Amino acid sequence: MAMVYKPSIGEKIFNIFNILIMAVMIIICLYPFWYCITCSLSKDIVGQTHTLMLLPKGFSINAYKEVLVRADILNGYKITIFVVVVGTVINLVATTIAAFLLTRRNFAIRGFLTWMMLITMYFGGGMIPTYVVYTQVLGLEDSLLSLILPGAVSVYNMIVMRTNFDAIPRSLEESVKVDGGNDMHVLWHIIIPLSKAVISVMVLFYGVGHWNAWFNAMLYLRDNSKAPLQLVLRHLLIVSSGSQGAGAGAGDSAGLAENLKFANIIVATVPILLVYPFIQKYFVKGVMIGAVKG
Amino acid sequence: MKEQTINLKKKPGLGQRFVDEMKRNYVLYIMSIPIIVYFVLFCYLPMFGLLISFQDFNIIKGVFNSPWTDMYGFAHFYKFFTGSMFWPVMKNTLLISFYEIIFSFPAPIIFALMLNEIKNLKYKKIIQTVTYLPHFISVVVICSMIIRFFQHDGIITSLIALLGGERRDYIIDADAFRTIYVGTGIWQGIGWGSIIYISALSSIDQELYEAAVIDGAGKWKQLIHITIPGIASTIIILFIMRMGQILSVGYEKIILLQRSETVSVSRVLSVYTYERGLGGLSGSTVASGSNQYSYASAVGVFTSLVNILFLAITNKISKKVSETSLF
Repeated sequence: MAMVYKPSIGEKIFNIFNILIMAVMIIICLYPFWYCITCSLSKDIVGQTHTLMLLPKGFSINAYKEVLVRADILNGYKITIFVVVVGTVINLVATTIAAFLLTRRNFAIRGFLTWMMLITMYFGGGMIPTYVVYTQVLGLEDSLLSLILPGAVSVYNMIVMRTNFDAIPRSLEESVKVDGGNDMHVLWHIIIPLSKAVISVMVLFYGVGHWNAWFNAMLYLRDNSKAPLQLVLRHLLIVSSGSQGAGAGAGDSAGLAENLKFANIIVATVPILLVYPFIQKYFVKGVMIGAVKG
Repeated sequence: MKEQTINLKKKPGLGQRFVDEMKRNYVLYIMSIPIIVYFVLFCYLPMFGLLISFQDFNIIKGVFNSPWTDMYGFAHFYKFFTGSMFWPVMKNTLLISFYEIIFSFPAPIIFALMLNEIKNLKYKKIIQTVTYLPHFISVVVICSMIIRFFQHDGIITSLIALLGGERRDYIIDADAFRTIYVGTGIWQGIGWGSIIYISALSSIDQELYEAAVIDGAGKWKQLIHITIPGIASTIIILFIMRMGQILSVGYEKIILLQRSETVSVSRVLSVYTYERGLGGLSGSTVASGSNQYSYASAVGVFTSLVNILFLAITNKISKKVSETSLF
């Protein structure tokens, strides 16, 4: 029915306000990052950090030159990339297998496996028992495995994946089974090729998670040469400035040092800022699937 | 053919069924092994480790040989309840949690409703893309930005000064801590948190709105009578789940933002657990000598039990009042 809807004056005013408020939201979400970029590219920001900058004050990439030759940053980058790659592969293999197992009818322990996983969504050991078990029983202390193995299967992600697998028509499997293939063949030749979208969502979920993680690194690693990027950043940006921890306040007021800090922030965030526009629609898709089923 | 008829008559024994199942599904069983091993080692062993809350756990003796603590195993709980830290920590936790429920919980709902009124699809898409962004930035980066922005010469401090407020170092100001913590939390989570409501909004039957317009209902009436009821069950479910987290104020951001000046307001249960059990505010190294694993673990158990209690109560009330419930 084509009925012309005439908005009232109040509605028009609301719409204008709404559009403006949303514009403010965009600025609030973007400007902090832009501000960090301008600060990191400024020549001298002593006494300048309090002004709303739109462009760098005196363009200079010296901060980046200094950040990108720092051994701890480069090493942190290396460790983080290693953890992201290896960790995500393990996440992916384990989550895919776990989700696949739960789609198999005629599998005697399917119910047991389902409960075994679901229970861990609601109950856990908590911080201290987990720490004690990981260090005393599993020997993860000072090992990069402490950043890779915990959380290898996120049950939430597994459910999202299973929901996708379940939507694949059973008849496709029959052809593999008729040809004498087993479940491994079904997974490899039918399920995985048809689940590229959800698998890429998982890559992104897990990958960003590994990239951003710092807490386990702080808990379990002792050797500074194993520190991932976020832990190095924490040390450079948070512990060593201000009154947190032992080494307080050193080098906080010097202009270049402040430049460096902003450059550090950008260097650690750029990979995400760069891939983000391309991947965000997949993220949303992944959450939507989970939201409907959860 | 003949064999099958025989099988139908005689039900195979347990042993035979086991062999059949293994023959048919051996691939699946092989695949199950690493999954089961992972869950047992990384999820169930720590759960078993909760026993240390009732012991005087000693790292050398281990879980099996550590002695049970006094008062039938409840000495650590007693020590926590009667200790001088109980009320301050509870107050800090409940205050932050309360502010989050009052401000952070409704923020994405309001945002989703406002976004729903944006008719230009391209603009809507841009808003969504941009507001989800802070969710993906690491908490370390977010916190170092917060620290820099709220410093004495930080950009937000300067904005506050511009608007007539006082210029000071807000990051070491105990009075400002909760506002900064909750406010930046809303900033980081409002977009991402709205996704679930946007998806609920999109599933409302559009014909309802058309019918309402014919009946002469304005936007406001549509909101009250169609939109809000349409997403009410989503809101209620998320609220029940939120109440199940009432004492779980996150520790990562607090540990990063905490300064010695703000410890008195930022020491919430999870942070206290971490401090007592794993060495706390000591930079990067975890001091292992002074750790009170059993005591800290008991604090963690208390947190979980209260959370479950609140989850159950909220669920029950909701079931009675709104007929929506988690279980």
